Amino acid sequence: MTTSGSKGSPEPSGSVKKSEAAAKASAERAFFRSRADMLPGRPAPVTTIGVLGWLRANLFSDWKNTLLTLVGLLVLWRVVPPLLGWAIFNADFSGTTGAECTAAGACWAWLDQRINQFLYGFYPADSYWRVNVAMVLLIPAVAYVLFDKLPYARYGRWYSLAYPVIAAFLLVGALPVYDAQGELAGSLFGFRGIPTDRFGGFMLNLVAGLAGIVLSLPIGIMLALGRRSKLPAVRFAAVGFIEVIRGVPLITLLFVAIIILELFLPAGFSLDQLIRVMVMITAFSSAYMAEVIRGGLQAIPNGQFEAAQAMGLSYWKMMRLVILPQALKIAIPGIVNTFIGLFKDTTLVVTIGLFDILGQARLLQTNPDWIGEVDHETFLLAALFFFVICFSMSRYSINLERRLDTTRR
Amino acid sequence: MIAFIVSNTVANLQRYGLSSGYGFLFNTSAFDINQRLIAYDSTHTYGRAFIVGGLNTVLVAALGIVTATIIGFLAGILRLSKNFLVSRLVTVYVEFTRNVPLLLQIIFWWVILLALPRVRNSISVADTFYLNNRGVQLPAPVFAQAAIGILVALIVAVVAAVLLVRWARARQERTGEKFPAGWTGLALIVGLPLAMYFILGRPVTFDVPVMGRFNLQGGFTVTPELVALWIALATYTGAFISEIVRAGILSVGRGQTEAAGALGLPPWLTMRKVILPQALRAIVPPLTSQYLNLTKNSSLAVAIGYQDLVSVGNTILNQSGQALEVISIFMIIYLSLSLLTSALMNWYNRRIALVER
Repeated sequence: MTTSGSKGSPEPSGSVKKSEAAAKASAERAFFRSRADMLPGRPAPVTTIGVLGWLRANLFSDWKNTLLTLVGLLVLWRVVPPLLGWAIFNADFSGTTGAECTAAGACWAWLDQRINQFLYGFYPADSYWRVNVAMVLLIPAVAYVLFDKLPYARYGRWYSLAYPVIAAFLLVGALPVYDAQGELAGSLFGFRGIPTDRFGGFMLNLVAGLAGIVLSLPIGIMLALGRRSKLPAVRFAAVGFIEVIRGVPLITLLFVAIIILELFLPAGFSLDQLIRVMVMITAFSSAYMAEVIRGGLQAIPNGQFEAAQAMGLSYWKMMRLVILPQALKIAIPGIVNTFIGLFKDTTLVVTIGLFDILGQARLLQTNPDWIGEVDHETFLLAALFFFVICFSMSRYSINLERRLDTTRR
Repeated sequence: MIAFIVSNTVANLQRYGLSSGYGFLFNTSAFDINQRLIAYDSTHTYGRAFIVGGLNTVLVAALGIVTATIIGFLAGILRLSKNFLVSRLVTVYVEFTRNVPLLLQIIFWWVILLALPRVRNSISVADTFYLNNRGVQLPAPVFAQAAIGILVALIVAVVAAVLLVRWARARQERTGEKFPAGWTGLALIVGLPLAMYFILGRPVTFDVPVMGRFNLQGGFTVTPELVALWIALATYTGAFISEIVRAGILSVGRGQTEAAGALGLPPWLTMRKVILPQALRAIVPPLTSQYLNLTKNSSLAVAIGYQDLVSVGNTILNQSGQALEVISIFMIIYLSLSLLTSALMNWYNRRIALVER
C-alpha cells in the first residue's frame, strides 16, 4: 500500500483512495473558484511611490548607484557647509580696512564703500545717474528685441535701434574729439563730457559687450553671405578676414589695437582707446558669428533658393524674406553662445590696462588697506555678475529655440 | 583703401625711426624666461626666445587638451546619469564654469596657488612632493647612459601591443573567440620597460627635492603659473566638452540602447561599444574647435606672467618696437598650430566616420 504522493494524479485503487481523491477534488475546486466580487484596489507598495519610491528609483536603485549617491553626498557635505560658513555665517560685514576683518570667514566689509567702483569704475560720482538712466532705458530696448507681444512693438523696435546712440550720448555727453590738452572738446546740451578712460567696472563690460553684440550680428551676417558669394573678390576678402581673425587669440588683436592701429592711421589722428577695443572685440566675434550663420545657411535646402529665385525675388529680398529667417532660426544656439563668449571676453581689456570689474577686483586685492583679505570675495562678486547675465542668456536661447521650433517632435 | 593704409604705415614707420624686417630675431634678447623646455638665458637671441615661448604654449595646450578631454567625457556621461544627485552636481559645475570668464578663473587659481604656504612650511607628501607658493616640486628623473634601453623596451612594447590588439580583433571577427588584448597590451607597455629597468640595474635615478635651510634644493619645479593656467583651462574647456559629449550621446537614438540591452550587453559595454562609437561622429568636429579654442585661450597666460608665446612676444615687442613683425609671428604660429590640430582631428574624424555601404 502506498499513499498517493503526487498531487493532481490520483490513482483510484480501493475505497479509501476514492474518498481521498474526492476530498482533493473539492479542495481544488475551492481553490480555483473565481470570485464574484472584485478586490478593492490596493495602494502601490510604499517603496515604489512617493518620496521613498523616488529615492529608490533615482538614488539607490543598485549598489553602483548607491555608491555614486554616497560620493555625491560626501562632496556636498565637504563643500556646502564650509562654503556657507565662509561666505555668510563666519563672515565680517563691517569695518573700514582689511585689518578689521578678524573673523574666520569672508571679509565683506569693503562692499559698502567699494561697490560703486565695481559698478562704475572711475566714472565721476556726481554723474552716476547718467549710467543708471542708461541702464533703465536699456530694459525696454532689450525687451522689444526679445519679446514679441508687447504694446507699441512697432515704435519699440525703432527705439531699440536708436538706443545705442542715446546711451552713448548719456555716457559720454560729448563728441569723442579731443583738444590739445587731451580734454574732451565741448559738451552737448550742457552735459559734462566724460572721457571714456573714466569708464570702468561692470559698466565697462556692459558697454563693450553690448556694443559688440549689437554690431557683430549684422557684420557676421554680411561676412557669412560674403563667404558664400559668387563674386571671387568678395569671397576671398570674407574668407581671409574670417580665417585670419579666427586663427589668432583675441589678446593679440587687442595688442594690435593698442600698438599697431596707430601705424595704419594718418599722423596726428588718434582713436579713442575704448573705441579701438570695441572695434577689435566686434571684429573678433563677427568672424565667429559668420561661421555660425554660415552653418545655418548651409542647412537651408537648395529648393528654398531656387523657389525664391523662381518667384523673381532679387538677391537681397530672397535673403531677407526667405533664407535668413530660416537660417538664423537654426543658428540661434550658436549665435547666443557667441554673444556669451563675447561678453565674457570683455574681461580681456584688463590686459591692456583698462579697469573693468576684474580690474577693479585686482585693484582692491592689491590695495594696502585690504591686501590679502579680499582675494576670494572680490572674485566671487565679479563671477556672480557674469554668471547671472550669461546664464540668463543661455536659458533665454533654450526658450527661444523651443518657441521657434515649428516641427514638434 | 589698401594703398591709403600702406602709405600711412610707411610714413609712420619712418616717423618713429623703426626699421622693418625680421633681422631683429638674431639680436640678443637680454631678458630671462623662468619656464623653459630648452636651454635659454638672456644671452640668447629673440628668435630663440620665441621658440621657448612657443614651446611653453604647446606644453600648456597639450596638458590642457588631455585633461579637458578626460574631464569633459566624464562630466558629460555623469550628467546623463540616472542618479539625480550626481547629475545635478555635475550640472552645477558645468553651468558655473561655462558662464564665468576664463580670465577670472585663471587669475583666481593663480591667487589661490600663491596663497599656499611659503617654501619653509611646504605641504609635503612623503617628503618627496612639495607644494608651496613657488609651485609644485617633484622628483626629477636623472637618466644614465643605459636608460636608452628602457626607451627601446617601451617602443617595442607599444608596437607589440598594437600588433596584439590587431591580431585579437582579426581573430574575434573570424572565430568569435575573445582575447583580453587591452589588458595584455597594458601589461606589456608597463611591464616590459619596468623589467628592463631592473635588468639594466636601475639606470634611472630620481633627484628628490631636499628641504634645505631656506629653500628646497634639487628636483623639478612646476611653476604656480603653469598649474593655475592648466587647472583653469582644463576645467573651463572640460565644461564645454561635457556639453558636446552630452549632446553627442543624446543624438544616438534610444533604440540603440534598448537593442543593446535586448542583446544582453551590460551598461558599460553598451556605452563603450554601441553608444560612444556612434556619438563620436557628432562629437569630434565641435571637439576640434574646442581644442583650438583652448590653444588660443592659453594666451591669457600673459595676465598671470606665464611666459607663453604672447607673453614673450610682448616683452620682445616692448624692447625692440617691431610691432608689425611680432604680431605677424603670433599670427603665423597660432595659425600653424590651429592647422596642425585641425589636420590631426580631421584624420581622426575620417577614421571614425560612418562607412556607408
